[in-house]
Amino acid sequence: MLPFILKRIFQSFLVLIITGAIAFSMFTFVGDPVDNMLGQERTMEDVERLRAQLGLDQPIPVQYVKFLGEAVQGNFGVSYRQGREVSEIIMERAPATLELAALSAIFAIVVGIALGVFTAIRRDGLVANFIMSASLIGVSLPTFLIGILLIYLFSVELGWLPSFGRGEVVQVGGWTTGFLTESGLKALILPSITLGLYQMTLIMRLVRSEMLEVLRQDYIRFARARGLSERVINFRHALKNTMVPVITVIGLQLGAIIAFAIITETVFQWPGLGLLFINAIQFVDIPVMAAYLMMISVMFVVINLLVDILYAFIDPRLRVAAK
Amino acid sequence: MKNTTALLTVAALMSSAAVVNAETLRWARAGDALTLDPHSQNEGPSHTMRHQMYEPLIIRDTAGNFVPTLATDWAPSADNPNVWVFNLREGVKFHDGADFTAEDVVFSFERAKQPNSDMKELIGSITEVRAVSDYVVEIETDGPNPILPSNLTNLFMMDKGWTEANNTVNVQDFEGGEITFATTNVNGTGAYTLVSREPDVKTVMARNENYWGRDEFPLEVSEIVYTPIQNAATRVAALLSGEIDFLQDMPVQDLARVGDAAGLVVKQAPQNRVIFFGMNQGADDLEADNVDGANPLADVRVRKAMSMAINRDAIQQVVMRGQSQPAGMIAPPFVNGWTAEMDGESATDVEGAKALMAEAGYEDGFSIRLDCPNDRYINDEAICQAAVGMLGQIGVTVNLDAIPKAQHFPKITDGATDFYMLGWGVPTYDSEYIFNFLVHGRESDIGTWNGTGYDNDELDGTIKSLASNTDLDSRNADIASIWRVIQDEQLYIPIHHQVLNWGMAENVGIEVDPEDQPRVKYFTMQ
Repeated sequence: MLPFILKRIFQSFLVLIITGAIAFSMFTFVGDPVDNMLGQERTMEDVERLRAQLGLDQPIPVQYVKFLGEAVQGNFGVSYRQGREVSEIIMERAPATLELAALSAIFAIVVGIALGVFTAIRRDGLVANFIMSASLIGVSLPTFLIGILLIYLFSVELGWLPSFGRGEVVQVGGWTTGFLTESGLKALILPSITLGLYQMTLIMRLVRSEMLEVLRQDYIRFARARGLSERVINFRHALKNTMVPVITVIGLQLGAIIAFAIITETVFQWPGLGLLFINAIQFVDIPVMAAYLMMISVMFVVINLLVDILYAFIDPRLRVAAK
Repeated sequence: MKNTTALLTVAALMSSAAVVNAETLRWARAGDALTLDPHSQNEGPSHTMRHQMYEPLIIRDTAGNFVPTLATDWAPSADNPNVWVFNLREGVKFHDGADFTAEDVVFSFERAKQPNSDMKELIGSITEVRAVSDYVVEIETDGPNPILPSNLTNLFMMDKGWTEANNTVNVQDFEGGEITFATTNVNGTGAYTLVSREPDVKTVMARNENYWGRDEFPLEVSEIVYTPIQNAATRVAALLSGEIDFLQDMPVQDLARVGDAAGLVVKQAPQNRVIFFGMNQGADDLEADNVDGANPLADVRVRKAMSMAINRDAIQQVVMRGQSQPAGMIAPPFVNGWTAEMDGESATDVEGAKALMAEAGYEDGFSIRLDCPNDRYINDEAICQAAVGMLGQIGVTVNLDAIPKAQHFPKITDGATDFYMLGWGVPTYDSEYIFNFLVHGRESDIGTWNGTGYDNDELDGTIKSLASNTDLDSRNADIASIWRVIQDEQLYIPIHHQVLNWGMAENVGIEVDPEDQPRVKYFTMQ
């Protein structure tokens, strides 16, 4: 078991280093940060001086090794756009994204499971069929469009909910939260629906198909024969057995929610990490881009590592294969 | 319990006070200020934010005229042609109560000349700033500088005492990630004081009740809440839903919607920015064309023909939906040296253009790559697409390469493009600024944005002499003659002057500023 885990950890590190290398070689194509940092009145001397000061005159591999060396010590450099420590900016922005992701995940899980069970039990019902068709729209519409549609309906036409921002936030220690004020909670509704909608439909469809599968099993038929109530059969026996694959998917999708909050955050001007990243791309803010990409790849690698290890625990065949 | 009562009382007091004279201006635009340090980052949104809280000696009104601000009047010294004398406004106080005097002016200029300052280029000609008395300052330059005041409209005045006491005398080292007291705190003389600020999220400012111009300006806005909103659709939605009162950076496609919406208005004015194409005419051969061993753009007839092929009215009507002003010269209309006659030299004549092409030996045309930004100017990529079709009519096959600005501009400054789009604004309102950057041959500190390879030593000499020519009439004559050369050589292909749009709630009263610099002290709120 131990060699397997060690091997996996080693592979994860390799993946991280390669991802970082790819990211770094891409930065050359994003543009020249120096151009954005100096005004139009700059001279060629200013450009040369700044390029040397930022280390941009060195070859990419040298820049990358330097970045890795600093990153290992927790130092991600200084943002070109904001002129502040990247780690400080990320800490400041993280609460917004994490709160949004948490609420989206809760929305996706609760509504997804509820609708999945409902459409499985009433598989031929009119409402269930409508939900299934509507969910196709949810999967196929781009997040961007859903966000804009929600804004136009609930902010512009009805005027119920804010179209941008986090509302009033409360500072609790180093954490800013929107959960404690009315405007903060209101501001969370539209973005979390937008962000969680795809995962919600995914979970719903998964729960439905798993549940239909389980409902066909013999033990359900025997339970019916025993005269158990539908409620007990559906929720105690069927749903429980449905949940194993669903939980796996939820785990993996949680990472995706945080990583792909970029679009939702841009549409709703949500001051989180995704918006920070978009700003960084437009300004060619290399330290912020590098730190964000590394953070996201670490997150995915860790999640995948945990899943791999868990699977190995559950399924001994994988362990054998690893040898 | 006691606390709750106290809080309620305070809240009640605040809300009753609010009824009397509280108008909040909720203001949004695409980007945020990069820093609050007045002398770091010479950039539009940063200056806009500072203009609410700090003040320069002079500002400009919407017509481009000087308006006395911290200086009441100024004139060249009678004794020394290299010296300007500024008389300062008396009785002005900084937000912390300190008096504004000549000592602060001297200090601010010295600070703005530091190596880390982003404003140092604009005042590079200044050798010394002297306090003659508490309210008189002399500024000496390295030679006569007739347009010195033009360079001072974004040069903000700080309090010497406050800056020293808070250990923030040095301009922040922006690239080094330095945070100083002045990057997050403000002590200016301006009409608004800083209440709170979260970069890229929200900045709140409150009216300065002790402002020197409290009775002179409307000052009807008591609180400013500034929020950057990056996504254009969200920005418009926020205005339509009444969550903001005032919007800069209006997307052109939404102008009609906002204008038609009840309770909202769109106001416009020509912007201080002209859009044009540059052509590499200096090289012997071009990389981006299909002609070997020759440079078609080196022939003035080809350049003229290309300009004549562009139908600027069609671009205005179709691409810009009316939101532009066709241009015949690369100077915005407010700039000293601009003439209606030269700006009108933009007639479309496809037949004439074809004849010129034939005369130059290119009756079969040639192909060339056009480099264009796609996220910098209003509809930049669409303008280039339109130009592709128009140039096709005279046999010039254009391959369009539209890329983000961060990749586009380095191509121009590195000389990696032969045919490109560029936009130019003129903060000094004087042609010399255009000549220095776009016309003078490229050297290390001049002609930085001249990607045309054009280098005319005689013209360069005249351009250099403008800086110290104090005889305004002869200086203007020189400017006119330089423009004539630029026009005759068809150095650039002008397209249009951009039009600036501001969207606002009906009760907000303000005229559009051509430099996109709203100053809230002028706002009325009916």
